[in-house]
Amino acid sequence: MARREGRGGRRRLALYMSSITLGVAAVVAINSFRKNVTAAISGQAREVLGADLELSSRRAFDSIIQGVLDSTARSGVPVSRVTSFASMALATRSGGTRLVEVRAIEGGYPYYGAIETEPAEAWADLASGRNALVDPAVLIQLNAAVGDTLAVGDARFVIRGAVLKYPGDIAIRTAIGPRVYIPDAYLGDTQLLRTGSLARYFAYLKIEPPAEVQRFLNRHNQTFRQHNVGYDTVAERESELTNSLDILARFLGLVGLVALLLGGVGVASAVNVFAREKLEIAAILRCLGATQGTVFSIYLLQAGAMGLLGAAAGVVIGVLAQWQLPRLLADLLPIAVPVGVDYSSIVVGLGIGVWVAVVFALLPLLSIRDVSPLAAIRRDFDPAAPVPWSQRITAYVAIAGSILALSLWQAPRMTGIPFAGGVAATTLLLWISASLLTRGLRRFFPRRARYEVRQGVANLFRPHNQTTAVTLAVGFGIFLIATLYVVQRNLLDQLELDAQPDRPNLVLFDIQRDQIDGARAVLRERGIQRLQETPIVTARIAAINGQTVQQLLTAPDGYRRARWALRREYRNTYRDTLVATEELVAGAWWDTQSAAAAAEAAGRPAGTSAAPAAISVEQDLAQELAISIGDRITWDVQGIQIETQIASLRRVTWARFEPNFFVVFAPGVLNAAPHSFVVLTRVSDRTVRAEVQRDLVLRYPNIAAVDLTLLQETLDSVLGSVSLSIRFMALFSIVSGLLVLIGAIATTRFQRMRESVLLKTLGASQRQIIGITLTEYSALGALAGLTGVLLAGVAGWALMRFFFEVPFRLPSIPLGALAVGAALITMVVGLANSWSVFGRTPLAVLREMGE
Amino acid sequence: MMIVAQGLEQTFSSAGRPLTVLRDIDLGVEPQGFVAIVGPSGSGKTTLLGLLAGLDRPSAGSVTLDGRNLNHLTEDQRARFRAENVGFVFQAFQLIPTLTALENVLVPIELRGAMRDGGAARAEQRAIRLLERVGLADRIHHYPAQLSGGEQQRVAIARAFAGDPKILFADEPTGNLDADTGRAVIDLLVELNREARATLVLVTHDPELARRARRVIRLSGGRIVSDTPTSPVS
Repeated sequence: MARREGRGGRRRLALYMSSITLGVAAVVAINSFRKNVTAAISGQAREVLGADLELSSRRAFDSIIQGVLDSTARSGVPVSRVTSFASMALATRSGGTRLVEVRAIEGGYPYYGAIETEPAEAWADLASGRNALVDPAVLIQLNAAVGDTLAVGDARFVIRGAVLKYPGDIAIRTAIGPRVYIPDAYLGDTQLLRTGSLARYFAYLKIEPPAEVQRFLNRHNQTFRQHNVGYDTVAERESELTNSLDILARFLGLVGLVALLLGGVGVASAVNVFAREKLEIAAILRCLGATQGTVFSIYLLQAGAMGLLGAAAGVVIGVLAQWQLPRLLADLLPIAVPVGVDYSSIVVGLGIGVWVAVVFALLPLLSIRDVSPLAAIRRDFDPAAPVPWSQRITAYVAIAGSILALSLWQAPRMTGIPFAGGVAATTLLLWISASLLTRGLRRFFPRRARYEVRQGVANLFRPHNQTTAVTLAVGFGIFLIATLYVVQRNLLDQLELDAQPDRPNLVLFDIQRDQIDGARAVLRERGIQRLQETPIVTARIAAINGQTVQQLLTAPDGYRRARWALRREYRNTYRDTLVATEELVAGAWWDTQSAAAAAEAAGRPAGTSAAPAAISVEQDLAQELAISIGDRITWDVQGIQIETQIASLRRVTWARFEPNFFVVFAPGVLNAAPHSFVVLTRVSDRTVRAEVQRDLVLRYPNIAAVDLTLLQETLDSVLGSVSLSIRFMALFSIVSGLLVLIGAIATTRFQRMRESVLLKTLGASQRQIIGITLTEYSALGALAGLTGVLLAGVAGWALMRFFFEVPFRLPSIPLGALAVGAALITMVVGLANSWSVFGRTPLAVLREMGE
Repeated sequence: MMIVAQGLEQTFSSAGRPLTVLRDIDLGVEPQGFVAIVGPSGSGKTTLLGLLAGLDRPSAGSVTLDGRNLNHLTEDQRARFRAENVGFVFQAFQLIPTLTALENVLVPIELRGAMRDGGAARAEQRAIRLLERVGLADRIHHYPAQLSGGEQQRVAIARAFAGDPKILFADEPTGNLDADTGRAVIDLLVELNREARATLVLVTHDPELARRARRVIRLSGGRIVSDTPTSPVS
């Protein structure tokens, strides 16, 4: 019966079908992609690690670890070493310099997966002499060529080729820190690895069979822990990778989910019209003896069947679209992701499509359920009986529950609930603004306006108006685009160095004490001002309140403190003032002068004290370490123990390219400790900036210069790459929104055409009819666009304030343009909808409608 | 003459073939005349009415209303002419469903721009008077869906006279109504028409209704087969 009854009105239902299609397509595409990524990772995990086990340390392996590695190697297990650190590289011919990541290689690493080089055999020849292989980016940025000499520290290497593919690397990584590979044998020649330099030491082991890896770890775990050696197995690397890519895929999935929910709005508005048209038939069926349940199930079945058709079309599009995803995300993927058809995603997509179609059709179909049989015999009887509250609430709960369930299923971990909340809040606010508009217009009706304007405005609140459906569809689409834009714009604003003349654009790291005067001289020669000069002292935590780190880690309440925070190497500074990126949140900043006076009075030289030195700790770190004001921290400053006490807590804005610190010491106690300097400068001229870097590198090879403008360009491209993939997924939502808009407007096409023809018959000119249409749709579009943009402003502000923690600026002009664009699109769709009426005789249109 | 049709012919293409539904129509209607056009279904009655009212363009021939040749007017000029000179009553009422009864009656006045320059209050007064005249004083803020068929047709009649038309076209005005209601609606139509001194052209296949006109034009197969004056009943 449902099938037979469905013969009529199929074309209109096709629209309803299509609104669900793109949402299903997005869900299918992203979930197939997720499955493919997971499968690819588990197939290539060993290639990603390049070995069966990776050991790593921030200090050179000490004699005990060396002993373990040597004895392992003697037992026949292949062992390779890689030392990795940042350094300036200088191409002597071109004079180009750049901060690079140097990797000194020893042994047969990688054991799995191939390194692709140009020329092909370059990797095998690396160890044969003073050779270097570089990322292609190095060649470009240093303006160097194969065969050129590359200076790294005090050593010179000949560039033998470029590394095209390195196992486990993501393409975007080389943009951030392009790599230079050198043989380990010549690492010492660089003279770069002094005490206090930041380097990572890796050992790679090929242990077979895989079960042996665990046995090896069991045997040496204790030693590794004691000597701060971390390890990574294939399984661990696999799950890390799977997790991080899963999060990426799920975030993209959320953007796709919005398309599905928009499709739901489309379903609801289409079924609403559908139900109204079917009321009379439903009444006849009721007259003939059909029960409420029968009538309801006839139409619910039809909705489900149409949902299935729409979902099937979506599956096809989704399967095709997923071919595009690995290409868009290529720069972020460490492995090649093969594209395959994942059947479980298809089944899930179909199921979700039908489910969303049915759930969103519930509410409008309830009015059919309660239709009075009387409506069949009394033409003047208003057949739309009000739906009882209990049923209405059931339908709302079903919709809300479905949104929450879908969000939790698709969202990464705990973001599901905020996401569902965000969707609900946005929908609610859009709905409220739509109903405020209709009420407001009714109350403040522009009675003195021209007839076209009055008629157009009145169409917004008259019975069967489309205000809510269009506001939701257009508003949601605009909200999505605008939020993405606001976030991206604000993140990029943080990096806009040229717009802020007081911000540094060149940062010099690792200037040693004996080099600082020379470095100052180099800058002075070129007339460059130092904006900031910050001393840095590396240190580790030795004890907190008298308990050693080892004791703290093993203490019963050890879980309260974050391991990373206890074990890490801190780069601390000392100064007597707060800087612009800091704000005191608790305690008091030290008063240097009174402290000096007190010391003098006590007969001690200023800056020395029997009392522990005052320090200020960043508030989040304090929380991680479960410490607060008054607690004591003993620091191990390169072998010397220094006693400190927390005097204050600070909030730090990390997002700026300026040296910020977890821990700041009061001046005095660290003055004598071995330290290096970070110098911030601003050099506007690009050429001068390059020359200064070259001069410094030639004189002090260990100094690392970071050209922030270069970093900015890099981040620009990283963000660009990420936002491209987000935009690709958002495209589904936007097109969905457009379809829902077209659908919502088209559902009233018949009625609109009749009205327009009637007005023409009664003497309305074409201009008047166009005027009415323009007024109605431009007002609708402007409302939806404006609301969407405003909500995006609020969402962007919240994301910036609470998630990214950077200052917020509203890009009002682009957002305004977006709102205008929304109004224009709505207007165009609205006009297109009534196009057939314009310029035709009333009877011709009526004849066409009759056919 | 208020209405002059000369050599009217209308041809549609149906299933790829030309189909002539009206041919050789010549007729004239005096000012304040009351003409009924009758004939069996498919005889071309409604097509003729559409051409006379300028709702469609003839394949051949011309229509002149109140001295204006419709062939010489653009689509918009004809709309303007209708707004100022013509009223309509349809078989299916054709009220705008999203407008209240009062708003529907106001439409022709609005289209003429008569609501501007302080005309709004006067126009609304007139519309309310018309609705009272057709017996719907207590229904002026109802939407069409909330009115019975007879009530809807009475709103349509009020609307037809709202623009103070010179010519009134009525297409089967009682076709969707029961006999009693239909009779009441016709009484109202004729009475209002007399008061307004308008020319009334009525399409119907109801012989009793046709007898009330002063002249009956009979169509068959797209041609005028007879054109006879009657002695009106009322």
